[in-house]
Amino acid sequence: MSSFAWRLLGVLLLCVVLTLSSSAFLTVGNLLNVLRQASLIFLIASGLTLVILSAGLDLSIGANLGLSACLAAAVIKATGSIAIGIGAGLGCGMTIGILNGLLITMLRLPPFIATYGMLWMVYGINYWTMAGNTIYGFPAAFREIGSGYLLGMPIPVLLMVLSLIVGSVFTRYTTWGHEIYAIGANAEVARLSGIPVRRRLILVYTLSGAMSGLAGIVYLARLNSAEAGIGEPLLLPAIASVLIGGTSLFGGTGSLGGALIGAVILTLVLNGMNLLTISGNWQPLITGVILLLAAGIDTAARKWNESQA
Amino acid sequence: MASARRRIPGIAWLLAVLVLFFSAFGTRFASAPNLINIGNQSSILLLLALPMTLIIMTEGLDLSMGAVLGLSGVVLALLLADGHALPMALAAALGVGTLFGLANGVLIVALGMPPFVATLGMLGVAQGIALAMTDGQSVGGIGSALPGIYASRWMGIPFAIVVALLAYATFHFLLYHTRVGTYVFAIGGNREALMLAGVPANRYHVLIYAIGGLMAGAGAFLLTGRMSVGHPTAAVGMEFDAVVAVIVGGTKLERGDGWLPGTVLGVLTVGILKNGLNVMAVPSSLQIASIGMLVIVALLLDSLRERS
Repeated sequence: MSSFAWRLLGVLLLCVVLTLSSSAFLTVGNLLNVLRQASLIFLIASGLTLVILSAGLDLSIGANLGLSACLAAAVIKATGSIAIGIGAGLGCGMTIGILNGLLITMLRLPPFIATYGMLWMVYGINYWTMAGNTIYGFPAAFREIGSGYLLGMPIPVLLMVLSLIVGSVFTRYTTWGHEIYAIGANAEVARLSGIPVRRRLILVYTLSGAMSGLAGIVYLARLNSAEAGIGEPLLLPAIASVLIGGTSLFGGTGSLGGALIGAVILTLVLNGMNLLTISGNWQPLITGVILLLAAGIDTAARKWNESQA
Repeated sequence: MASARRRIPGIAWLLAVLVLFFSAFGTRFASAPNLINIGNQSSILLLLALPMTLIIMTEGLDLSMGAVLGLSGVVLALLLADGHALPMALAAALGVGTLFGLANGVLIVALGMPPFVATLGMLGVAQGIALAMTDGQSVGGIGSALPGIYASRWMGIPFAIVVALLAYATFHFLLYHTRVGTYVFAIGGNREALMLAGVPANRYHVLIYAIGGLMAGAGAFLLTGRMSVGHPTAAVGMEFDAVVAVIVGGTKLERGDGWLPGTVLGVLTVGILKNGLNVMAVPSSLQIASIGMLVIVALLLDSLRERS
């Protein structure tokens, strides 16, 4: 049985347990809700997957999401144009991503230091400019992105499926995608075989930033309001999703499909806690434990593989 | 040590520029009460930055320190509010911190997990427990013993600064004058040689993380004394200030290249930057951004110097 099948089995098991323990679980409304929540986590986790595949890390995604959402909100309010607002949000996300990429490739900062510094800078700028305010009340057409339906499916879920397809084609069937895996497996070998490592890494961080921007827009449209702290609680779940999905922190192995399964597993656990009326205060604890379990399995599997080789 | 001496000017210049700038433009900056205030605030940060220096020079990282400090503070405050004696409550707080540090060490050293993931997971665990224990609220009613000790002075020096000085002296002695210190340098620099010499490197490596947890517990003692309450998220992000202080102070992320005096300068730089911006009425959010900027500028200078 492949590791992917094991994870699907895990999802099924969780669903059975939750169906048995709460009558509210197996309803169309709740399941769509789970998928909608998972889609938000997946959108940032998909960009992070690319980064981790290249043996890097992006800790700034949550803060990036927050700033992109707030900027998009402010621009929509100022200009009245949804398109310009979306453009501003995506542009903000990409800019932060490019800065990460430059810090890592040009200044050769370790990825976690560069993106951790970026996290606090972005966070500080966002809190400063928002000054404790909330921006709320957006045009109905914009809110559709977060809460509307198309062909019976919530639009965020469709965005998740779309980015899964595009991302999977990119990583599996394009040269650039293969080069990202190669860099993650061994950057030195990749460089010697003529792959422009720096340019690909900048691309990877830019894509991660862009996905954070997109997730920020979707989240903004869903909440119909923006305040400076909205992205913070999403960093831990995003990293956990990528790891649960089997993408190795050591780079070079993993997939976007895995991140999707990871996001669904994590959301099911959190949704189950909600249905069983367990206090939200436990959420960081549960997410932390799941993160440690996933990382532990990843590390153990790597050690086992090395001992076999 | 030769490389250490070359490092002194950079960080000292930065510190001098900051002090001059704030003295000139922040009217209340150079007053005695404010300088004592900087000392008090920097004391807690130093308690975290000292072990963080050991952790970073052994190619590690501890992102859980702020959350563990918060949890230790909550445990301390809950026990005091429950009427337990201060020594017992302090022992519990130090114990909780050490336990989390040990767990970090075991995950990283024994299981081989990347440090940032292991400690990020433990951050979630510590914060979740602290939130659940308090329902996200402050814990008050801790009596007057702890705030009294915090407010006391020893030979005219505020208690927190006395603790910080003692902690520095201990770490300095440990790192530069004992065999354990030599092992710490070797764990980051040449682990292989250490193992071949028959030293249980893994045990010392776990010990480094355990000390980190212990010091987070000690930080909780000071922070709870200062605030007179325990709060689950009181120290969120403080680990970032500690990492910045260590890196700005010239400790390298690789090759066992750590420098404790630099960490003190780094802590003072962070403390003075925050305080000075505060005195100049710059919003606290922008202070956070400036600290993020500081680390990137410091590393930029570092890499430029290395290239030249």
